[in-house]
Amino acid sequence: MSTNSRLKTSKFIDETSRISFKFNNKTYYGFKGDTLASALLANDVHLVGRSFKYHRPRGIMTAGSEEPNAIVQINDGTAVTEPNVRATEVEIYEGLEASSQNCWPSVNFDIGGINNLLSPLLPAGFYYKTFMWPASFWEKYEYFIRKSAGLGKSPTQPDPDIYEHQYIHCDVLVIGAGISGIMAAKTAAKNGLKTLLVDEKPILGGNTIYKDNEDTSINNQTPSKWISDQINELEKLDNLEIKKRTSVAAYHGYNYLLARENLTDHLPIHERKNKIRQRLLKIRAKKVITSTGALERPLVFNNNDRPGILLASALKRYSDLFGVACGKKNVLFTNNDSAYETALSFINKGIKIEAIIDIRENPNSKLVKKIEENQIKIFKGYTVVDTSGYKRINKVSIMQLSKDGQKVVGNKIEIPCDCLGMSGGWTPAVHLFTQSGGKLSFREEDQVFIPKIYTSKQISLGSCNGDFSLDSIIKNIPGQLKQFFEINSTEFDNLDIESNEDLSKRNIWLLPSDKIFGKTKPFVDYQNDATAKDIKLALREGFRSIEHVKRYTTTGMGTDQGKLGNMHALGIIADTAGVKMGELGTTTFRPPYTPLTFGTIVGRNVGEYFDIFRKTPMHDWHEQNKAEFENVGQWKRAWYYPKNNENMHQAVQRESKAARDSAGILDASTLGKIDIQGTDASEFLNRVYTNAWSKLAIGKCRYGLMLNEDGMVYDDGVTTRLDENHYIMTTTTGGAANVLGKLEDYLQTEWPELDVYLTSVTDHYATASVCGPNSKKILQKIIPDLDLSDDNFPHMSFKNAKIDGVKCRIMRISFTGEHSYEINIPASYGKSLWEKCMEAGKEYNITPYGTETMHLLRAEKGFIIVGQDTDATLTPIDLQMDWIVSKKKYDFIGKRSLYRSDTIKEDRKQLVGLLTDDPNEVLEEGAQIVADANKKPIEMLGHVTSSYYSPNLNKSIALGVVRGGKKMLGQKLIIPMENKNINVTVSDPVFLDKENKRLNA
Amino acid sequence: MKKKYSIFSLIKNAFSYHENWEKAWKDPTPKKEYDAVIVGGGGHGLATAYYLAKKHNMKNIAVVEKGWIGGGNTGRNTTIIRSNYLWDASAGLYDHALKIWEGLSQELNYNVMFSQRGVMNLAHNLQDVRDLKRRTHANRLNGIDAVYLSTEEVKKFCPIINTSPDIRYPVLGGTLQRRAGTARHDAVAWGYARGADEMGVDIIQNCEVKGIKRNGDAVEGLETTKGFIKTKKIGVVAAGHSSVIANMAGIRLPLESKPLQALVSEPVKPIIDTVVMSNAVHAYVSQSDKGELVIGAGTDDYVSYSQKGSHDIVEGTLNAILELYPIFSRMRMLRQWGGIVDICPDASPIISKTMIKGLYFNCGWGTGGFKATPGSGDLFAHTIANDEPHKLNAAFNLNRFVSGDLVDEHGAAAVAH
Amino acid sequence: MFVISCPYCGEREQSEFKAGGEAHIERPKQPTELSDDEWAEYLFMRKNIKGIQYERWNHAHGCRKWFNMVRDTSNDEIKAVYKMGEKPPSV
Repeated sequence: MSTNSRLKTSKFIDETSRISFKFNNKTYYGFKGDTLASALLANDVHLVGRSFKYHRPRGIMTAGSEEPNAIVQINDGTAVTEPNVRATEVEIYEGLEASSQNCWPSVNFDIGGINNLLSPLLPAGFYYKTFMWPASFWEKYEYFIRKSAGLGKSPTQPDPDIYEHQYIHCDVLVIGAGISGIMAAKTAAKNGLKTLLVDEKPILGGNTIYKDNEDTSINNQTPSKWISDQINELEKLDNLEIKKRTSVAAYHGYNYLLARENLTDHLPIHERKNKIRQRLLKIRAKKVITSTGALERPLVFNNNDRPGILLASALKRYSDLFGVACGKKNVLFTNNDSAYETALSFINKGIKIEAIIDIRENPNSKLVKKIEENQIKIFKGYTVVDTSGYKRINKVSIMQLSKDGQKVVGNKIEIPCDCLGMSGGWTPAVHLFTQSGGKLSFREEDQVFIPKIYTSKQISLGSCNGDFSLDSIIKNIPGQLKQFFEINSTEFDNLDIESNEDLSKRNIWLLPSDKIFGKTKPFVDYQNDATAKDIKLALREGFRSIEHVKRYTTTGMGTDQGKLGNMHALGIIADTAGVKMGELGTTTFRPPYTPLTFGTIVGRNVGEYFDIFRKTPMHDWHEQNKAEFENVGQWKRAWYYPKNNENMHQAVQRESKAARDSAGILDASTLGKIDIQGTDASEFLNRVYTNAWSKLAIGKCRYGLMLNEDGMVYDDGVTTRLDENHYIMTTTTGGAANVLGKLEDYLQTEWPELDVYLTSVTDHYATASVCGPNSKKILQKIIPDLDLSDDNFPHMSFKNAKIDGVKCRIMRISFTGEHSYEINIPASYGKSLWEKCMEAGKEYNITPYGTETMHLLRAEKGFIIVGQDTDATLTPIDLQMDWIVSKKKYDFIGKRSLYRSDTIKEDRKQLVGLLTDDPNEVLEEGAQIVADANKKPIEMLGHVTSSYYSPNLNKSIALGVVRGGKKMLGQKLIIPMENKNINVTVSDPVFLDKENKRLNA
Repeated sequence: MKKKYSIFSLIKNAFSYHENWEKAWKDPTPKKEYDAVIVGGGGHGLATAYYLAKKHNMKNIAVVEKGWIGGGNTGRNTTIIRSNYLWDASAGLYDHALKIWEGLSQELNYNVMFSQRGVMNLAHNLQDVRDLKRRTHANRLNGIDAVYLSTEEVKKFCPIINTSPDIRYPVLGGTLQRRAGTARHDAVAWGYARGADEMGVDIIQNCEVKGIKRNGDAVEGLETTKGFIKTKKIGVVAAGHSSVIANMAGIRLPLESKPLQALVSEPVKPIIDTVVMSNAVHAYVSQSDKGELVIGAGTDDYVSYSQKGSHDIVEGTLNAILELYPIFSRMRMLRQWGGIVDICPDASPIISKTMIKGLYFNCGWGTGGFKATPGSGDLFAHTIANDEPHKLNAAFNLNRFVSGDLVDEHGAAAVAH
Repeated sequence: MFVISCPYCGEREQSEFKAGGEAHIERPKQPTELSDDEWAEYLFMRKNIKGIQYERWNHAHGCRKWFNMVRDTSNDEIKAVYKMGEKPPSV
C-alpha cells in the first residue's frame, strides 16, 4: 500500500474506512470520501489517459465535472460498465475497477502515441484536405479513423439498473450549494417558500467548506466553520429539500429544468441491488436561483497538458478537502491571486512550493506579500515557455514577459518540479443561464461574460454572476435576495466579513514562448487536442465566426463541452482577428450541462413499459387458445389461432373456410366506437361522411367513408342510428383517436352552432362478430326471444337485446359478406359473451378467426381496408366507390378537393382486382405493377395492396391500385419480381358473391 | 485558381507550420448588382451558386447569408443520405443527389467524408412490412439499390439491434440501401463555398435580407443589412425561414416551420457501423467518425423559430432507442440541439418558380433535406438559369398544391384495421 | 416545454396539449364557388409567421376543448389565450 501523498489533515476523509479499488488492473487503496481522482493522486498516479487525436499522456487536471483529461472506463467487461467517466466525479467504492481509455496496448505504452510525432501533418481540419485519393478508398481510410477515434467502449450488455422520473413543483429551485446557494436557499425557506436545493457534489458548501485561511472570516469565524453551521441549520428547515449528487442538466423555457440525481453510483455494487440508480428530476420552479459558481481557467502556454499539470484551485481542493498533496515539488503559475490561496494552504500543510510564476509585473496584494514572507520565490512578470516530462511533468522553463506580453525576453530559467498548478482567473458558470434564454454581457476589466438579460423568473448569484470575492458575495447577496423575493430583510443583512482578497488579473489568452509558434503545443481544448495554432489556422483559412472555428478545430466539442477552453478560444480569435470579445459573442451552450445517461432520460419507460398494451376483454381467451397476436397501434389483436402445429397459412385457410361454410367468430372490440348525440347529429354526419345520413331510419346501419379536406380517404366504418338524435359510429382500430380528434375539431371550431356531443366508448364495449351461414342459429341460441327473421332484423339494422339480463346492442352488419352479427356488450362481459358464443356455436364448429382471416374474407368481397388498400393519395372515386359520394349534398369534408384538376383526371390510380394466370401463384403485397416489363425506364402503374390465396375460390386473389385501372378490366398486366415476371389480369375487385346472396343465407 | 488540397499539400505546408494556407473563401462586400442572388448560405444555397457558376456560366452571382455559412440546418442535421424513396419523382430527385455525392469529394477537392455504410429502415408491424416491400419493389424498378431484409438479415447486418420477438414492437424485417450512408455536414457547406468562391461567387455572410423589391410582377432586388442589392433573379434557399422571405415578397407558401431536435452521445469506439432508421418506433441512429452516436428525434407539432423543442420529444426518442438498443442505456447524451424545419403538407420539397418573375424558391425539405444537397443545388441552379425546371424537379412545383398532384411521401403512413 | 393556461382548466403542462396550426382560417362556407387556387389557399397556404402568431391549440389530454393562443414564435413566449369564437386580443 502506498498512499504516499496523503496528508493527515482532512476532516472530509474517513481514514477508518479503507477502500480497495483497481486502476488498470493494479490494486490501490483510498478512503471513504475519496474520488477516484483524489485516490489516484494520493497513490501518486498522475498518468490516467490519452488524448483523442495525438494520444498524448494526460493526467488529472481538475477536481470537478469540467475534467477534460482524466476520463476512464468503469467496470469494463461487466453489465455495469460505463465509458468516459470523469475520475474527478467517481466516488470510490469497494470493488471499483477503472481503466484508461483510448490507448493500446496500455496507457503507459500507447502505439497511438505515434500520432504525436505526426502532429505536424495533422492540423485542424486535415481530414477535409486529404483521404480523397483514390476515391474508392475513403471507406478504408475511414475504417482506421473510426477505430482510432472514440474514447471509451460502449456497454455491450443490457443495463441491469433501474432509473426513474420524479416531477417536482417548487417555489424556488436553488442550483449549487456554495455559499451563495446556501444563503439563498435558507432565505427562501425561512420566508415560507417551498425550496429545493441541489448540488452536484456529495458535500455541500462549495469551495467555502474548506476555506479556512486565518485572514478571512465571516462573523469572526473561519468561512468553513460559518458555512458548516449554516448547513446544519439548513438541514433542519421543513420546507427545504436538499438533493446532493444532483446535477442540473438542462434549463428550458418556462422554468422547466431537468436534473439528474445520482443515488447508487457511490455504493459498492452489491449494495445497489434493487435500488434506483439515477433519478431524473423534472422540475417546474416558480423561481430559480442559479448559484453555479465559477470554473477556474487554465493558462494557454506551450506543452500545458502534461500529467501533473492541474488547476491551482484543484490542487487546493485536493489538499484541503481530500488531504492529498499532488506533488512534492510544486510550482504555481498564475495571472491572479487565486494561486496564492493554494500556496497559503500548501504552506500551512507543509507542502513544498518550488516557485510561483506570476505573469503580473507587480502583484502586491496582502496575500502575495504574505506568501513572499514565507520565503517562496515569486517570479513576477514571468511566464512558462515550456514544460517537459513525458508521463509526468518534471520541469518548467520560464522566461520574462515583454511589457506588452506578446513575447518573452531574457534568459530561460528551468525549475524542476513534479506538479504545476495554474490559474488563469475564473469563468462564471453561465451555462444554465444561457440555456434558459438569458443574454450575456462582456465585462472588459476581467474579461468575463456575465448574465445581463433574464427571460424567466430567475437570478444568478455569486461567482456565476461575476462576484468572485467572498467579500462581494456577502455584501451583494442580501440585497439581491430581498429584491428577488420581495422581502424586507434577510438574516445575512449585517454579516461581518473580513477578507483581503484582491481581484487584479493580467489577462493574456495565449502566452508566448521562445520557440517558433508553429513548433509549440499550446492546448486550448485538451481532450480534443485543439491548440491555439489550430484556431489561428482556422482564422487564416477564412473561418471567422466562433461557430466555424469551433467546428473546424473541434474546440469545445469534447465531453467537457469546452468548459475549460472556450473562453481562451474566444480570446485568441478576438486577439487574432482584432475584434472585441463582447462583439464576437459566445458559442451556444447546449444542454445538458454535464452528460446525461440515456437510462435516466428514459426512466421506467423501458421493456414492457415502453408503450402500453391495449388488450380486449377477450384477450385472455385468445391467449389460452394459443392465438398469435398482431400489433395494431397499441392494441394486441388476435392474428390467427394455429391448431396442431399449423403454420399461419394453414390456420388462415382453415379459419376462412370455416367462416364461410358454417360459422366464424372475430373479436372486433378494438374498432373505434364514438357515441354521437344531439339534435344536429344527422346534420353532423352529413358533413363528415361523403354520403347522406338524414334519411337513415332509426335502427338502421350505414357504411360511411370519411375524407380528409384534401379529398383523400381518411377512415371508414359503419354508423348506426340508435335513436332520433343518437348514433354510434365505428372507426378503424388505428384511426379511432384521430377520427375523434378531427370530429371534435370541426365541431368546436367550424360548426359550433351544431348541437352534437361526441364521446369515445371504444373501451366501454366488447364486440364479438359472429358470421357464416350458421350465425343466425347460434345467435338464436344465445338470445332465444329475439326475432331474427330477415323481416324483423334485416341486414344493416340493429336491435337492442339482453343476454342473461345484460343489455347489448346487436348490429346485423358484415365485413365478410356472410350473414353476420356484431354483438356489443359492456366490456366486463366480453369474455363471457365470447365463451357463450363458442359454447352455442360448438355444434356448428364455430371457429375463432383472427385479423389475417378477416383480411382474406373481406378481400374476397373486395372490401377495402383503409391504410392497406389506401395510402392517403386515393379518393373514393379512385376506389371505384363513386356510389358512396353524394352528388346531392352541398358540402362535406373533402368534397371540394375531389374536383381539382388532378383529382378529376381519369387516369389516376384506381382500385382493381388482380387475378394471376397461375391460380396458385400468390402475389406479394407491395409488389409493383407494370404493363411492359421491358420498357426503359420502366413505368410503374401501381402496386398490389392486398393478396391472398382464397380457399373459398380455390385461387389466388389480389387487390391493387393501377393507373387508369377502371378501364382496364380484362387487360393483362405484369408483376415484375426480382427473378421472374408474373402475369395477371385486371378484374373486378369483388371476387365472391357479387350478388350479395350470402348476406341473407 | 485555388491550391489543390492533398496529402502533398499538407506535407508541404507542414514545413512552414501551416502558416501559408490560403483562405477557403473570401469575405467580399456586396456589389451593387448581380445577375442572380441566392438567399441562404446553407448547403443547398451554396451548391446552387456553385452549379450556377459551374454549369450555367453565371459568375456574377452572390450568396447572402444572415449568419454564417452552414450554420442552419446544414450544420444541425444527422447527415443521413439515402435515395430509397417510394415515388418516381422523389426517387429521381434523391438518386440524382446520391450519384453526385458519390464523386463529390473529388469534384470539390474537399473531403465531405461521404461514407456509404448503408441505411436500414425497420418494419415493426404488418403494414410496415407491406409499405417497405412496396418501396423496395419500386426502388428496384427505378434502379435504386434497395433490398428487403428478414429479421435475421437485419440482425446480421447490425448485430446490436434487439430483434427479440418479445419486445413491444418486434422487428419484423427491414430494408437496406447499401449506397446510402452519411457525410460530414460542415464539410459540404465549406466545400461548396470554397468551390463557388473559386469561380468568382461572392459569399456574403452576416447579411440579412430585409425586403424584396418588386416592380409589378418581377423582382428588382433585395434590401439587406448591407444595403440594397440589385438583381433580376433571386433564389431563396432559406429553409426554416422560407416563409419569412416569402412574406417579404407578398406570397404565401404551403409551409410550417417546426422544431426538429437531434442529439449526440459521448464518443465511444465503433459499435454501430451503419445507419438504422425506424418509423414506427421513432428513432434513428448512426455513429459519427468521431465515435458519437448521432440520434435524430422527431418534430414538435407547433410552429417555432426558437431553435428549441420540447424535452418530451427527446425523451420519446431515447425511449425508442433503448427499446431497440438496450445496451445503450448507460451511454450518455453529450449535446442536444434544435433546428427549424419547413415542412410541406406532402413532406416533399418545393424547387420551383413562383408567380413572381425572377423569384424562385427551394424549400420545404422538412426533416430530410441534407441528403439532397448536391442534387437540390444542381436542379435549382438549372431552374434559375433557364427559368424552367429540370425534368427531375418538375414535379416539385408550387402548383401541385392547387392541382392536387402531390408527391405524398408520408402518404404511406398507414392506418391499420 | 411550455406551461399553457387552458381557458377552461387553467395552467397545465404542454404535454397535455396538441397544437393545431394557424388560427382564424375559416373554412369556406361555399367551397364549390371557389377556384382551385382559392381552395388551395384555404387548404395549404400558411403565414407561418416568425413573431406574433395566432394559433389553435387543443387540450387533448384534458378537457378536449379547442382554444386560441397568441404566441411569439421567435421565442415561444405565450402572450394570451382565448376561447374559440372570441375576438383575438391585440398583443
